[in-house]
Amino acid sequence: MEYFLQQLINGVTLGSIYGLIAIGYTMVYGIIGMINFAHGDIFMVGTFISLIVFMGLVALGITSVPLALLIVLIISMIVTASYGWTVERLAYRPLRGSFRLAPLITAIGMSIVLQNYIQVTQGARNRPLQPVITGGFQFFEDSEFVVNLSNMQILIIVTTVVLMIAFSLLISKTPLGRSQRACEQDSKMASLLGINVDRTISLTFVMGAALASVAGFMYLLYYGVIDFYIGFVVGIKAFTAAVLGGIGSLPGAMLGGLLIGLIETFWSAYFTIEYKDVAAFYMLALVLIFLPSGLLGRSEVEKV
Amino acid sequence: MSSMKTSNDSLLKAALKDAFFSALLTLVLTSLILGVKIVDINTGLKLEPRFWLAGLAVALVFVGRFALHMFWWSRKPRQTAEKKPARSLFPKIPNFGKYAAPVLVFAAIALPFMPFSDRYIIDLFILILTYVMLGWGLNIVVGYAGLLDLGYVAFYAVGAYSFALLATYFDLTFWECLPLAGLLAATWGVILGFPVLRLRGDYLAIVTLAFGEIIRIVLLNWYSFTGGPDGISGIPRPSFFGLEFKRFGEGTFAQFFGLEFSSIHRIIFLYYVILTLALITAAVTIRLRNLPIGRAWEALREDQIACSSLGINTTTTKLTAFAMGAMFGGFAGSFFAARQGFISPESFTFIESAIILAIVVLGGMGSQIGIVIASVALIGGFEVFREFEQYRMLIFGGAMVVIMVWRPRGLITTRHPSVRLHPPDGPKAATARETAS
Repeated sequence: MEYFLQQLINGVTLGSIYGLIAIGYTMVYGIIGMINFAHGDIFMVGTFISLIVFMGLVALGITSVPLALLIVLIISMIVTASYGWTVERLAYRPLRGSFRLAPLITAIGMSIVLQNYIQVTQGARNRPLQPVITGGFQFFEDSEFVVNLSNMQILIIVTTVVLMIAFSLLISKTPLGRSQRACEQDSKMASLLGINVDRTISLTFVMGAALASVAGFMYLLYYGVIDFYIGFVVGIKAFTAAVLGGIGSLPGAMLGGLLIGLIETFWSAYFTIEYKDVAAFYMLALVLIFLPSGLLGRSEVEKV
Repeated sequence: MSSMKTSNDSLLKAALKDAFFSALLTLVLTSLILGVKIVDINTGLKLEPRFWLAGLAVALVFVGRFALHMFWWSRKPRQTAEKKPARSLFPKIPNFGKYAAPVLVFAAIALPFMPFSDRYIIDLFILILTYVMLGWGLNIVVGYAGLLDLGYVAFYAVGAYSFALLATYFDLTFWECLPLAGLLAATWGVILGFPVLRLRGDYLAIVTLAFGEIIRIVLLNWYSFTGGPDGISGIPRPSFFGLEFKRFGEGTFAQFFGLEFSSIHRIIFLYYVILTLALITAAVTIRLRNLPIGRAWEALREDQIACSSLGINTTTTKLTAFAMGAMFGGFAGSFFAARQGFISPESFTFIESAIILAIVVLGGMGSQIGIVIASVALIGGFEVFREFEQYRMLIFGGAMVVIMVWRPRGLITTRHPSVRLHPPDGPKAATARETAS
């Protein structure tokens, strides 16, 4: 029971990170119908920028942890969002209206470029970071298995919940969110009604990348070690989360993220840790085969 | 005169503005990643500034954008992707493929005896031909049937591991294993294909990617059977009708033909093996294209709903395409294992799938010759940049993006359906095109 509770906490923490990345996939897919293959690598760039900014702040002698975290978060969001914008501008926008496979190929190309850009500039080795946020709560201290809930986990879960609420409000209440939903439904009609479709799409990429950078920062703090290759596997799992929740649906992305996090954690805890990636991939295949529109997605009607 | 001057002024202003903002963006992008490097020191990590690099990037972008604005974009109106007509790189030469194909085949056969051919060149062309074969195999799935497969490397791996395992566990030779490997890969194609073929487009792509990764992870972790990350070594070399390529011993190739032993014999032999395999792939594909099943593939690619309304069983049509593509992937895989003598899961990562898919799409989906050109360009280009080991994947990814943006329909245009009720430019042109690619 205690063991189960511990895995539940770990799973929810991991799931929050996946969920934040999944939002980037789900929004882009919803609006232009393509898999942004480079999104996982945008996340990875986010982790590196967070690490560099954090080390820079330490070198400058800023010791207040909350202040440092806030500065890192803001800078990392701005820079990573710029990467998201640039990738869209360079690799996807020139191909809008081209045939369907073209943007997928450039997306794979961009993913390779980003990975190797980081590898060349920052080296191929693992980059560790000492734990910044320590301490936490312990439950069931008199039983055999002590359940830990660290402050880091609380921070991750709280940040995710706050961001999700802010984000849902942004999509449902602001003019930007309205134009985004309009482009998602019918971009040609939206452009006839005076919505700048290109700008809306760019902003979608910017928001997705900013959320991915938050996820990246939390990943860095939580796991404390990153390398240039983490984007691939994390990206695929986050995409699985988006599909599981129903692609195009924001609550779905979050729910899918949580489920994938839980499945992976429980699989590693009760079965084998080597095959934890296989569990996520099987999940993806099973969902797509039996539930192609996901848990909260609308099923698509094909028009002839 | 004065209006000319104002337009020049506004052009200069616009160019400066654009260059300034591009440079600003580059500053944001590069100042942290290029401008600072994380270095290892004894006590952990340290940041090492190298701002000159970021400064260089910013300056380059500024000058580059400015020059583009002033001298390039001002001359001609910019075209968008959808307005660009999909035309061939060789529009001036009619029936390009008709003449190029025999010339290329002849050149390929003659290659090992050219004066400039040394071991390195032949080895490189063996590699290129392997990718040509993989490209042609994937072309059946992606180019003809229009199913996007991102996990093609799984079948390559199945072929390679089938041969390696059969050879180590049952002492079978390459020639006995080759058909078995193809069969096993085709079976896997059907097994993996069956559940996922209901999916369309991008979803299919992601599931095939997932399957590719599953197979790799299983190969990596099933230590007792596949050797895990250590791989399998000591895979037997193929023989020439029972004649081995050895320096000593009875019944060797050199002894039988009364030649002086040279290690290049084996390389040349391997070259012809892969050339034959690739040509078989091409011949089968071209024949299949004119059979009902090939036409069904093309119909499926053009319009799935119309296809099923006409009574074509889309599931079997898709499955045959999957199995056929997988089979050729399996052949190529066992050749790869035989050539290397050693395989490990590291050779079958996602990046391989991406390279093969890039070859197919860059070559122009469905175009046989385009795939040859794309393989030579990509794999040859890869070799050219061998000295810049670190940078070549960076350049490779960049080239993928640039070529795709430049020619979204591939270097050679996409193949049109082999038969059409109303060919756009008359029946004559259609027959000409049929023989062309």
